[in-house]
Amino acid sequence: MSLVFAGACSHAPGITGRAHRADPAVRDRFYANLDRMRLALEAARPDALVVIAAEHFANFFMNNMPSLCVGMGESYEGPIEDEEWLRIERGRIPGAPDLSQRLITEMMHEVDLAYAQEWKFDHGIMVPLHFLTPQYTLPIIPVNINCQGPPLIPLERCWAFGRALRQACDRAPERIAVIATGGISHWPATPDSGKINEPWDRAFLDKFLNNRRAELLAYTDEATYREAGQGGLEIRTFIALAGCTEGSRGELWFYAPIPIFAVGCTVAVIDIAPLAGGRAAAA
Amino acid sequence: MSLYHVQKLIYQLNRDPSVRKQYEENFDALLAGFELTAEELRAIRDPDIGLLYVMGVNGQLLMHYAALRGYEWDAYIEAMRQGEQRYGPVRTGLYKRAGGSP
Ligand SMILES: [Fe+2]
Repeated sequence: MSLVFAGACSHAPGITGRAHRADPAVRDRFYANLDRMRLALEAARPDALVVIAAEHFANFFMNNMPSLCVGMGESYEGPIEDEEWLRIERGRIPGAPDLSQRLITEMMHEVDLAYAQEWKFDHGIMVPLHFLTPQYTLPIIPVNINCQGPPLIPLERCWAFGRALRQACDRAPERIAVIATGGISHWPATPDSGKINEPWDRAFLDKFLNNRRAELLAYTDEATYREAGQGGLEIRTFIALAGCTEGSRGELWFYAPIPIFAVGCTVAVIDIAPLAGGRAAAA
Repeated sequence: MSLYHVQKLIYQLNRDPSVRKQYEENFDALLAGFELTAEELRAIRDPDIGLLYVMGVNGQLLMHYAALRGYEWDAYIEAMRQGEQRYGPVRTGLYKRAGGSP
């Protein structure tokens, strides 16, 4: 079939772990929009959900760090973190190994990928799943983009990965949903935790939602680090999704800085347009 | 430079229940398996969360080690601040330029 849903949301561990410390009015509006995203996702009747995430040293470390890795497991477990710390109960999340394998095989024509049949989800995937498929009923295909241990994959390669994912989805008979999860500006787990550069976030989101490729790829890690913190390097997940939905525009459902969550909390959904000039289109 | 080994130890502690069991039962034997300097050993054992931060341990690793050692969130943030005051700016790693307002 093809891509039936695309969206983006935040994943900071504070969203669940420090929920009780946030301003309830803002927090509940954020949660309501995540729930609205769940309803939209369910309405799209996906067979599987691809989560483009940026993990935080749960599975991948500097002993053998892949830039891009796609899960191919029967199932996954998570959260890897202490359940009380994250306030999400540990569980088993179904995978979609057959579809994963076909997507990976297809994508390898365009990008070099690692794959993993074993994967412990950290907050980067578990926080979104907690809101979007709370009973873990939807099969998940995790994708990791290394945003933590430099050297990091260049932004144009994230775009190329997203495009390759889209082409692979367009060739699969299944109905596939994709979300990207990442922070925009934030300084998580540092003394500056809670700092958020809202103007920077809004400028980035404008480019992201209007799929302005050249402007998105013009960000440099040096400037992002300076203006948006080390957490800003996670824009790679957003850029991969923009590549996956090339030519499409999105709608911002929610954005608000919530300092105790250490991130500008975001919910956005893309109105998917057909991909121009894809391998599927040419076939 | 053995920041790599400090981070590897914390990475394994965070993700592997059997390593955490070793930590509980015989921490010294676990530490002996990593190439660590005297300063690093002290920072891990004490623990000196502020010093580990200044040494360059990534916060995505360190915040879980701090929690394991009983630090609540605010205490963890405060320990990093004190570390910067006591030991100076972050020495290496991704956070070398972090800290302080831009
Ligand atoms: Fe993150």
